[in-house]
Amino acid sequence: MMKKDTIAAIATAMSDSGIGIVRISGEEAIGVADRIFRSKKGKKKLADVASHTVHYGMVYDGEEMIDEVLVLVLRGPHSYTAEDTVEIDCHGGVLVMKRILETVLRNGARAAEAGEFTKRAFLNGRMDLAQAEAVMNLIQAKNEYALQASVSQLRGTVSQKIRRLREEILYQIAYIESALDDPEHISLDGYAQTLLGVLEPMLEELKKMIDSADDGKIMTEGIRTVILGKPNAGKSSLMNVLVGEERAIVTEIAGTTRDTVEEQIRLRGMNLHIIDTAGIRDTEDIVEKIGVNKAREAAKDADLIIYVVDGSCALDDNDREIVKLIRDRKALVLLNKSDLAVVVSQEELEEMSGHKVLAISAKENLGIEKLEEAIAAMFYRGEIDFNQEIYITNARHKAALEESRQSLLMTKQSIEDGMPEDFFSIDLMNAYEQLGSIIGEALEDDLVNEIFQKFCMGK
Amino acid sequence: MPNIEETYDIVVVGAGHAGCEAALATARLGLKTILFTVSVDSIAMMPCNPNIGGSSKGHLVRELDALGGEMGKNIDKTFIQSKILNASKGPAVHSLRAQADKQAYSREMRRTLENTDNLVIRQAEVAEIVVEDGKLTGVKTVSGACYHCKAAVLATGTYLKARCIYGDVSSYTGPNGLQAANHLTDSLKAHGIEMYRFKTGTPARVDKRSIDFTKMEEQFGDERVIPFSFSTDPESVQKEQVSCWLTYTNERTHEIIRSNLERSPLFSGSIEGTGPRYCPSIEDKVVKFPDKDRHQVFIEPEGLDTNEMYLGGMSSSLPEDVQYAMYRTVPGLEQVQIVRNAYAIEYDCINSRQLRPSLEFKNIEGLFSGGQFNGSSGYEEAAVQGFMAGVNAALKILGREAVVLDRSEAYIGVLIDDLVTKENHEPYRMMTSRAEYRLLLRQDNADLRLREIGYRIGLVSETEYQKVLYKEAKIASEVQRLEHTNVGANAKVQAILERHGSTLLKTSATMAELIRRPELSYEALAEIDAEREELAEDIVQQININIKYEGYIRRQKQQVSQFKKMEKKKLDINMDYSQVGSLRREAVQKLNLYKPESIGQASRIAGVSPADLSVLMVYLEQQRQQKRQE
Repeated sequence: MMKKDTIAAIATAMSDSGIGIVRISGEEAIGVADRIFRSKKGKKKLADVASHTVHYGMVYDGEEMIDEVLVLVLRGPHSYTAEDTVEIDCHGGVLVMKRILETVLRNGARAAEAGEFTKRAFLNGRMDLAQAEAVMNLIQAKNEYALQASVSQLRGTVSQKIRRLREEILYQIAYIESALDDPEHISLDGYAQTLLGVLEPMLEELKKMIDSADDGKIMTEGIRTVILGKPNAGKSSLMNVLVGEERAIVTEIAGTTRDTVEEQIRLRGMNLHIIDTAGIRDTEDIVEKIGVNKAREAAKDADLIIYVVDGSCALDDNDREIVKLIRDRKALVLLNKSDLAVVVSQEELEEMSGHKVLAISAKENLGIEKLEEAIAAMFYRGEIDFNQEIYITNARHKAALEESRQSLLMTKQSIEDGMPEDFFSIDLMNAYEQLGSIIGEALEDDLVNEIFQKFCMGK
Repeated sequence: MPNIEETYDIVVVGAGHAGCEAALATARLGLKTILFTVSVDSIAMMPCNPNIGGSSKGHLVRELDALGGEMGKNIDKTFIQSKILNASKGPAVHSLRAQADKQAYSREMRRTLENTDNLVIRQAEVAEIVVEDGKLTGVKTVSGACYHCKAAVLATGTYLKARCIYGDVSSYTGPNGLQAANHLTDSLKAHGIEMYRFKTGTPARVDKRSIDFTKMEEQFGDERVIPFSFSTDPESVQKEQVSCWLTYTNERTHEIIRSNLERSPLFSGSIEGTGPRYCPSIEDKVVKFPDKDRHQVFIEPEGLDTNEMYLGGMSSSLPEDVQYAMYRTVPGLEQVQIVRNAYAIEYDCINSRQLRPSLEFKNIEGLFSGGQFNGSSGYEEAAVQGFMAGVNAALKILGREAVVLDRSEAYIGVLIDDLVTKENHEPYRMMTSRAEYRLLLRQDNADLRLREIGYRIGLVSETEYQKVLYKEAKIASEVQRLEHTNVGANAKVQAILERHGSTLLKTSATMAELIRRPELSYEALAEIDAEREELAEDIVQQININIKYEGYIRRQKQQVSQFKKMEKKKLDINMDYSQVGSLRREAVQKLNLYKPESIGQASRIAGVSPADLSVLMVYLEQQRQQKRQE
C-alpha cells in the first residue's frame, strides 16, 4: 500500500561521470529536503526560499556530512510533475548518490515506483494527451525491469533469511489473532514475555542485514551477468578480459573453475555483476558436480547470460543442454577462439540458439568492443535504464529492512508499555508486509490461512 | 385455473436473519414488501449455535444497530446470558456475546415483522425469478403464482437444494428437517448466475437431565450486562442469567473418532461441498491436530423453556452410533441422551464475485442478495448483508444513491468488500484480523461511526441521531479540555499518583498526559479535576480510548486517508479492459471478470499489480481529457 506520498529517485543515469541528481517530488518534498540540508551558514530553510532558485550547502545524514550539493527548489505547479519538487545535485559519484537517496528515504519520502514521476506529470496535466499511450507503456516496461532487478539482486541466502523472518512473524500474529478470535480457547497469558524473546534475535538479524546492505552481501548491484559454457570454452579468459586482471584460474585442463567466481565491473556506465561458472557437462567428479549445479542455479537468476562456445570444437549434447537454459532469456552467444581454426559456423550457432552470435577471441582480446556494444544496446533502450532501477530497488530494499526493524522495535515498545496484545499485531503486520515487499510477495490471505492451519479454532 | 398475480415494490425470499433485516428495512422505508418463507414457524430461526455476537460478530451486530437494524434490539429482549469477550485486551477487540433463548428470539422477531406496516409474510417456495431485458420484474412460486416487483432480495440461506447428512443417512431437507428449496437454483443458473456448493455442520442437542454438571466447569455471564443496541436502556437488561458449562474431549473420544473415520461421509467423499475451516467438525479437528490431547466442549442451553442443550465444539457427521459413543466419553456426558443428531448440511450458494458492493447482481438489475446465499456463514454476517441488500434495493426504487460502506468505515464494509472482491472458496466468516483499520472500527464507537448514515437512509430516528451528535460534541470538547488542562506537581496530585503506582511528577503535566499512562484513567483523576462535569459512562469510555491510544489512532487515520484516495477514484463498471493498452493479460482478465467500482477495489483483486493500477490511472485521465476536449 502507498503510505507516503512524497517520492524520490535518482534522476540521472548512474555513472561515474561526476554530477548526479536525486529528485524528490510531492507535498512533503521541501520538508524532506530541509531535514537533511544545511546551508553554508546553517540558517537558510528551503521552506522559505523562492521557487526556481538554487542553493549551495551540505547534505547530512544525522550528524554526518555526506556531500556538498546544489539544491534546486521548484514549487508546484511549475515543475515536471506539477508538484513541489527538489533536485539535489551532487558530484561525489555513485556511492554518494546512493547515500543521499537513502537519507532522503529515511526522512519521509518513499522510493518512487517504476515510471512514477512520469505518471504524476501526466496525471497532473503536465503532458500532452497524445503521450498517454507512451506513458502507459513506459510504466509497464519500467516495472518489468524493476521486478527483474529486484529478483536478480537478492542473494539466495538473503531471500531465505527474509522468508524465515516472515514465517516467524506471521506465526506470532496468527497466534495473537487466533486467541483474540477464540479467547475461550486460546490464552495469551504470559505471551508478551515469549514474544519479547522471539523479537530479540529477529531484531539482531535485521540489524546485521541493514549494516551489511552496503558491502554487497545483501544485494548485488549491477546487471547480474552469468557466463556459461562447456569446460575450457574460454569463460574464465573472457571474465579476465572484462575484469582486466587474472581473477579466475585459467588453465588448459577442462573443468578448472569448480565454483563460481564473482566480480563487479563497470562497462559503458553500467554496472555488471559478473559470475563465472563451472563448465556444464555431464560429470562424475563430485566437487565439479556441485559447481555445475551452481552454474545452472546462477543462470536462473541472471539478467543476462553470456554463452561462450569454443569455436574450435564441434557442438555436442552439452551445448544443446546449455541452449535449453538460455531459451527465452536475455542472452548473447560468443563464438570464442576466433583466432584458431573454426569448426562451428556463426549461422549454425545462431539457428540453434535463437540468439545473436558474436565472434571473439578472449585470449587475443578481439571482438570485446562489439560485445560491450551489444550489452549496452540490450540494457539501454529508450528511456529505460536497467542500472537505475537497480539502485532504486536496492534503496527500496534497504528502506524496507529499516522499516520492518522499526516496526519490531515498536512492538517491543508496546510490550514494555504494557499495551494489550492486539496492539502488537498491528506493528508485526507492518514488519511482515515490509519484508514481503523485498522478496516481492503480496499479502493476500496469508494470515487467515496461517490461523486456520496452525491453530485449532473450535466453534 | 388462473394463477395468482400480485404486485409489490420488493420481494424478499427467505425469512432467516438476512431476510428479516431486509424486509424490515424496505418496509420501514415505506416500500410495499412481501417476505417469503418455506415455513412461517421458522422465521429468524437459529438452526446452529444458540448465541449472537462473539469476536468481530459482536461488532457487526452493533454496526447493524447503529444503522437501524433489528438484530441488536431483538437479542437484548431475548438473551439469557451475556458476556464481553476479550475484556482484558484492547478496546478494538472487545466483543459482546449473548446466549439467546432460541424460541423467544424467533418469536420476538416474528412479532416485530407482523407488526410492521407495508410488510406481508407469505409461506411459499419461490421457484423462479422473472427477468426482462436484464431487469428483475418478479418471482414465481412453485404453485405458479406470480409476484411482480421492482426489486428482489434473495436470502435463501442454506435451503437451496439442501441435503443433510450423518453417517450413511442423507436426506434432501433444509436445517432441522425443514423443507428444502429445490427449484430456484435452476432458474438462477438459467439466468447466468454461477453457483457454488458449500457445506457446514452442527453438533447434537442433548437432554439436560442426562448431563452430570458436577464434572464440568460453570461459565457465568458478566455481572453488569451491556446491551447490544444503542437504543436499549442498559437498566432493562440487568436480569438473572443462566450458565453455560465447559468440559473436554479426551484420548478415548479421539480414538473412537479415528477408528470410525471411514464411516464419516466427509472422509468417504460422499460430501462434496466445501466446508469452513474455522468451524471444523470434531473429526476434522482430531485429524488435523493429532497432537492436541483434548478439545473444549461448551454445553449451552437452547432456551429457558426447554431441556435441550447444545454441544458447542463437537459438530459432526459421523453415524448415530458413533455420535453416541464419542459423546459418552466426555466427562459429564457419560449417560447423555441425544435429542437431535449432529449433522452436516450441503447447500447451493452463489459465487459472490457476481455482486456489486451494493449487493446487487452485476448482470441482473434490481436483483439483490444477502446472507449464506452469498457464501458467508453466521447469523450476524447474514443479518448485516440482508440489511444492506434491503436498504440498497429500497434506495434504488426510490431513485437514491446506493449506500456502500468501505473498509475504513465498518466491519460490514470489510465483509462485503471481501465477498465481492476476493475468491471465496469456503463459507466466509468475519474475524477482527480481516479489518485492517480495526482500531478505528470498535464496537464501542459504532454509533459514532454509523448513526449518521442510518439517519440519512431514514432508519434512525431524529431523537437517536441527536443523541449521537450530542455525544460526539461532548467527547470532543472534553478531550480538548483535558489536553489543555495543566496539573501541577503538588502534594494532592502526587498522592493520587502514588496511590495508583504511577511515577511522581517532576514538573507540571496536562491531564491528558496523565490519562495516557497505562495505570491511570479519566476516572482515576476525578479528585484533581475540579472543572469536570458529570458525564455518561459511554462518553467517559470514549474519552479514555481517544486519549490513551491517540498515537495508534492517529496512525490508522493517516492510513485511512490514503486508502480513501484510492476508493474515490471511480471506475465504470461497464468498462472493457481489453481496450486499455499496456495492461498485462492477467490483469485484463481479472478486471473484466470483477468489474471493480474503484481503483481501490481493483487494487485488492489478486492478479492486479501496482503497475497495472498506474496504467489504469493514466488511462482514466486520458479518457477524461478526451471527453473534455470533445
